[in-house]
Amino acid sequence: MSDLNTQAVARYKNNFLREVEERVEEGDMVKMCMQCGVCAGSCPLGPHWQHSPQKIFMMIRAGKREEVLTSDSMWMCTSCYNCIVRCPRQLPITHIMHGLANYAHRLGIAPKGQPTREFAKTFWNNLIKKGRVNELTLTLAHYFANGIGPGIQIALNMQKIGLGMVLAGRLNPMEIFGGHSVKDLNGFHAVLAKAKEIEDRKKGFSA
Amino acid sequence: MTASIATGQTILVVGGGISGMTAALEAAECGKQVILVEKTPTLGGRTAQLYRYFPKMCHPTCGLEINLRRLKGNPNVRVMTLTEVTAVAGSRGNYAVTLKVAPRHVTENCTACGDCGKAVTSEIADAYNYGLGKVKAAYLPHAMAYPQRYVIDPSIAGTAEGEAAKAACKYGAVDLGMQEETVQLNVGAVVWATGWRPYDANKIQPYGYDRYANVITSVEFERLADPHGPTGGKILRPGDGKEAKNIAFIQCAGSRDENHLRHCSRICCMASLKQTQYVREAWGDEGKSTIYYIDIRAIDRFEDFYQMVQKDATVSFVKSKVARIAENKDNGNPVLHGVDTEGYHRYATEHDLVVLAVGMEPEVTGVKLPDDIILDSSNFIEGSRDGGMIGAGAASSPLDVNRAVQSATAASLRAIQVIHKNAATENA
Repeated sequence: MSDLNTQAVARYKNNFLREVEERVEEGDMVKMCMQCGVCAGSCPLGPHWQHSPQKIFMMIRAGKREEVLTSDSMWMCTSCYNCIVRCPRQLPITHIMHGLANYAHRLGIAPKGQPTREFAKTFWNNLIKKGRVNELTLTLAHYFANGIGPGIQIALNMQKIGLGMVLAGRLNPMEIFGGHSVKDLNGFHAVLAKAKEIEDRKKGFSA
Repeated sequence: MTASIATGQTILVVGGGISGMTAALEAAECGKQVILVEKTPTLGGRTAQLYRYFPKMCHPTCGLEINLRRLKGNPNVRVMTLTEVTAVAGSRGNYAVTLKVAPRHVTENCTACGDCGKAVTSEIADAYNYGLGKVKAAYLPHAMAYPQRYVIDPSIAGTAEGEAAKAACKYGAVDLGMQEETVQLNVGAVVWATGWRPYDANKIQPYGYDRYANVITSVEFERLADPHGPTGGKILRPGDGKEAKNIAFIQCAGSRDENHLRHCSRICCMASLKQTQYVREAWGDEGKSTIYYIDIRAIDRFEDFYQMVQKDATVSFVKSKVARIAENKDNGNPVLHGVDTEGYHRYATEHDLVVLAVGMEPEVTGVKLPDDIILDSSNFIEGSRDGGMIGAGAASSPLDVNRAVQSATAASLRAIQVIHKNAATENA
């Protein structure tokens, strides 16, 4: 268990709803849920995850901290926004789900090896390196996420598309050597550092 | 026309439904002069379109009949049908009102014998049955219509059919040359009893009211159960005329929803509970009603009705707002998809017919009202700041018939107070 998590437990004790309100994006809207269930029924991935948004919101109110933050549900959200569109109380459900995912990740207790979480991490790490997404290294990292064998298999399957993209000038093979960066890379990193500082201050993460 | 009788001592009541009739009659029986205007060809409003009332399950014809008798016996009320208010100027105690009177093409000589209807062949949508059936273009709006006079639809007024209707009339009551009229009145107080309309179910996209024939609204179901309705009181679904025995009721269809109506329409839970008893009445133990709800709001003293329905073995309750409706292409059955709140079970349940318990939207939504009228956030009329105009019945709040009558009586008393003060100043 990470230090941040221990600190959060000590700080909020049994009041998980307050913790969510203060530390999760749009978390203060969770209490507005009236448990009608439209979000759960509208989610295209609904049958495939542990807890529906409706259930997650009730679990938050019931103080089931461990179960909520280690749930795979918020990592399964594809941001289709069906739930937001249909929610009779206009809760920003998608945003809350992403906020919960982000928070669980920050605390270091998000489910390990969960595929969408792993891809999100790969994507983020790729992005912050040069300030832009390096499509070639991102794709390869994704292909080889499950090991060499499956990686080669996917790469072979995608060979034609890759070649086509190279010929069409949409993919530069030279990008494999680190790739090009945004104009002011140091500035970009400073922006990220500042954003993190502001977020930590707002959400009360003591460094 | 009527301008001579209208003064600052007169009360104008806008809307001839149960609230407007009540407000007009209460004031008239106190000796006040009242003008009651109604947009459609008949009084009675949406109350006349109900099959039964909750909780006593009696028929609205009874209550309407009493009010019509009071009306016929009272010379203080002047009823104007097919009339709309187009402008109101002035303030408390002194309003100048402009009315627009649409032509009925039938005069007071009409005896409602029905010969004109027989002479006419073309048909129009039956407004009384919410368009579920058709009526002849020369028609009596419904059996309880007041005034008991036929209406010739404007679509045939200038045609050969109109002439045929005229020729068929033994009493010379058909006047095809009738024109729209504008009338100016002076009144001291205005009671707005403009009522409600069912929320447009087409706007609730996931429920497919616009796509699936066997998804209907609660007001349409009311007509299906009524012997005067399009099916003669048999519960047959519109898609294929099949007997509908397994019926789903979806609560909060448009109500309590930031995307539709923000308010709780208050009557729909009781309406659906009532309608489950229509299903029982029609099919006995073979019928099956399922109510999908967020929470049942059996307001006021209606909890015992709710408990009575809960004990009915043919009625079941699912605590869930249905997420969407699909259609089984093989048999036309609507399939309800959602997740229930008591256990979070995912369901996909098929029913013969789905009834959307649609919310109450003020009839004046989208209509330009006098500037000094105050509306709440859902467009219900609160009245004017100076108290000269008063909201009554379902125009002022989502109310059932009983509470609409109470509200209208209260509004009537306020209007009388305005008139009294007016009289005091005029005499001083």
